[in-house]
Amino acid sequence: MNEAGELIEPAVAERVIALALAHGGEFAELFAERRGGLTLAIDEARIESVQSGAEEGAGVQVLSGGTTYFAHVDGLDPADLERAAKEAASALRGDRAAPRPLRAAPASPQPIERRPEEVPAGRKAELLRELDERGRAAGGEVAQLMASYAEARRQVAVANSDGLLSGDDRTRVRIGVQVVAQRGDRVETGAETLGGHRGFELLDDDAASIAATAADKALGLLDAGPAPTGSMPVVVGGGFGGVLFHEMTGHGLEADHVQKGASVYAGKLGEAVAQPLLSAYDDGRLPGEWGSDAIDDEGTPTQKTRVIEDGRLVSFLYDRQRADRDGVASTGNGRRESFRHLPIPRMTNTYIAPGEAEPEAIIAEVEKGFYAVSFAGGQVDPATGDFVFGVNEGYLIEGGRVTKPCRGATLIGNCLEALAAIDAVGDDFWMKTGMCGKGGQKVPVGTGQGHVRIAAMTVGGTQA
Amino acid sequence: MSDLAVLAGQGVERAVAAGAADAEAYASEAEDREVRVHGGEVESFTAATRRGLGVRAWIGGRVGYGFGTDLSPEGVVTIAARAAEMARVADEDEFAGAPGEAGEAPELASLSDPSRAEWPAARVAELALAVERSALDADPRVVGVEQAVYFDGAERVAVAASSGVGGEFETSSCYAYLQALAEGEAGRETGLGFGLARGPAGLDPVAIGREGAVRASEMIGSGKPRSRNCPVVLDPTVAASFVDLLGKALGADAVQRGRSPFAERLGDAVAAEAFVLRDDGLEPEGFATAPIDSEGTPRQRTALIEAGELRAFLYDSYTARRGGVASTGNAGRSGYRAPPGVSASNLIVSPGSLDLEELLREAGEGVLINDVAGLHSGVNPVSGVFSVGASGRAIRAGEAAEPLREFTIASDLVSMLRAVQAAGATPRWVPFGGSISTPALLIGEMTVSGS
Repeated sequence: MNEAGELIEPAVAERVIALALAHGGEFAELFAERRGGLTLAIDEARIESVQSGAEEGAGVQVLSGGTTYFAHVDGLDPADLERAAKEAASALRGDRAAPRPLRAAPASPQPIERRPEEVPAGRKAELLRELDERGRAAGGEVAQLMASYAEARRQVAVANSDGLLSGDDRTRVRIGVQVVAQRGDRVETGAETLGGHRGFELLDDDAASIAATAADKALGLLDAGPAPTGSMPVVVGGGFGGVLFHEMTGHGLEADHVQKGASVYAGKLGEAVAQPLLSAYDDGRLPGEWGSDAIDDEGTPTQKTRVIEDGRLVSFLYDRQRADRDGVASTGNGRRESFRHLPIPRMTNTYIAPGEAEPEAIIAEVEKGFYAVSFAGGQVDPATGDFVFGVNEGYLIEGGRVTKPCRGATLIGNCLEALAAIDAVGDDFWMKTGMCGKGGQKVPVGTGQGHVRIAAMTVGGTQA
Repeated sequence: MSDLAVLAGQGVERAVAAGAADAEAYASEAEDREVRVHGGEVESFTAATRRGLGVRAWIGGRVGYGFGTDLSPEGVVTIAARAAEMARVADEDEFAGAPGEAGEAPELASLSDPSRAEWPAARVAELALAVERSALDADPRVVGVEQAVYFDGAERVAVAASSGVGGEFETSSCYAYLQALAEGEAGRETGLGFGLARGPAGLDPVAIGREGAVRASEMIGSGKPRSRNCPVVLDPTVAASFVDLLGKALGADAVQRGRSPFAERLGDAVAAEAFVLRDDGLEPEGFATAPIDSEGTPRQRTALIEAGELRAFLYDSYTARRGGVASTGNAGRSGYRAPPGVSASNLIVSPGSLDLEELLREAGEGVLINDVAGLHSGVNPVSGVFSVGASGRAIRAGEAAEPLREFTIASDLVSMLRAVQAAGATPRWVPFGGSISTPALLIGEMTVSGS
């Protein structure tokens, strides 16, 4: 059980909220945070970039007549918090509003078996050396390897004028590796990550194997030919392939975009947006997953939200403010990068639920197409639904079989069309970690799915 | 000496006391505010103060970094001790060491606009509302604005090192942008408009709004181009995205570690003569301009590509020592939370003599690129090979014609630079990613993949 009082005294929180409402406002909130972490990297077979830091601070917001007044400060002394409250209230001219007394609503943070701070830093350096050796052992054409280790702890407390007082204690660990393979002038890269809302136990089970995976990707690409160009069936791989759904659909379900009419899904609640074989969820409670938390950054307990049910759009993703506007309850998606940011609707772990098709059969039915295993990243304009994805690992599909590797392919399309064109969902399923950026804020998110097939999509290749 | 310089000095002392042979500290203090408006209403108003300290400690060729926000005497001791502790985890690197032998820092005109303080919250909110209104008024097809944002901030920085290198400076900046939504029968389009200045008085809200409106509404009814190799014209915002990539590839860190298509190519012909690029940390209009870089070395001007030849790379003190050259004053950092690394200051592409109409005429048949997406995921940083999503207009008979979207452009950085046929006459400052000033560029040939 985490008590918000470990970070701020309830009496202090009450005083700060009362100060924030000193000149009126319908709602006030205090968000306090202590964050610390350690990162290190290996490059050129040398441990470097060893960094550690700790920050603490708070943000106070007051809502009045549709406007949010927000101030944040470094430091958690009562004087710091009061300064933030006064600054947030300074533009208001109304009469004092009265907050409700605080009632503690304890949350249950994700259990952490081995606190990473208690593991000696030398052990983390050793792990990076293992990654380096494993990756380089994968083949003589591995020219470079970079790997990193990061641990972070965020203790947060939220108190608001509705009387809510809650907190969370979040520990995340992640390793990543990037391999460069070279043959003559040909240079290719492969990357892999492993992360979770977990302690050092995340890395107990042969974590260094991700280096071999990344190396195999880079080495495989050395044999890759140019990517095809044109419209064709595209099979998207599981796990990190889910980033496609995250980008092309997930962002359009975030209620801030929807309410501004800046989402292609606005006004489509209850309508069929995909074929009946597709269901999808956002689940901030998945144990140990990268995008999980006990509460969101407004104190709402995280939950499992069905967003697409048998092809029908059934829910958007809400924070408190946008939920109020639509007269619904928050779905626990009010997240922020830190106390220096306002909460906005964000995904947690978003995934397409496993379907019934066998992955082999999904590919076997394609005469000529493209198989996108992993993406280098992507971008979508939620208002138009246009998206573009760089494919990191991709292959041709010819005669129902995966044949030659391709490099430099890009998938481009429109999300309404692409989602509706998904005509097979695999029964295999796994999750991957990512960092999602929106409105200048980065938060950890999980993406997942089994193999899915899009009946037709534009592949932008490296050949005209 | 300011309180911030004193704080940095204490950071250095404490790190040496914690066992560091050499140390450097970076202290910063900033205040900023942001207004977001939507639908004629102020959506949010943010006021912020921040203060932090970052310390680098060197112990026998090992370097570590510690940072924090607790700037009490005990807090500084903790941060410095953390840096020394981290150094003990790192491996030895013969080139690691505190920055030294810095020359005289240049005298610069003020980098700070005091008018910021004279604009109260209500006045900057009005400016943001004017940006939104201007987009709605500019074209009847503009149906809304996703968000219009105003930001201004001032920052003070002090750097000190046990080698005696150090200094301090103050800067301010201010920007506004919006994403306009236009609607036609064929669907919905978005367009970005932006402007930046040292203070609010330097922004033109009407021009910012109008730019978003034009960019959104001219895309209505867009189709896909035919796949082919053809001339393309990059508008300044798109050219800036590529120049940003180029700046990273010309950083000595990428070069020394074999992660740049320009490694081993110093003195080679890597571009057409029409493409001239420099890094300029002293340019008065540049937002990265400062007397010193983020490890205390004086900023300077460095010719990068001239007469088609690669003239120099960008160095901080570490890469300079490793390369056996002098630092070019290109240590940059994203604040006290991270140690410095090589980064461009202001990248400036020299303007040519043709205006945009003339560039299009020169191109004849091709594509005008107004926006690219996914540049950072679509580029191989080692080889420079890229394929990125793009949108823009067709160029027919030397004029901008129908709008185009959902296509990709592909090439590699060096081939692209060698194919630059002309640079436009009107440069523009573009703040995305870095601080870049570039005109539009005409590229003789690129692969366009559409339908």
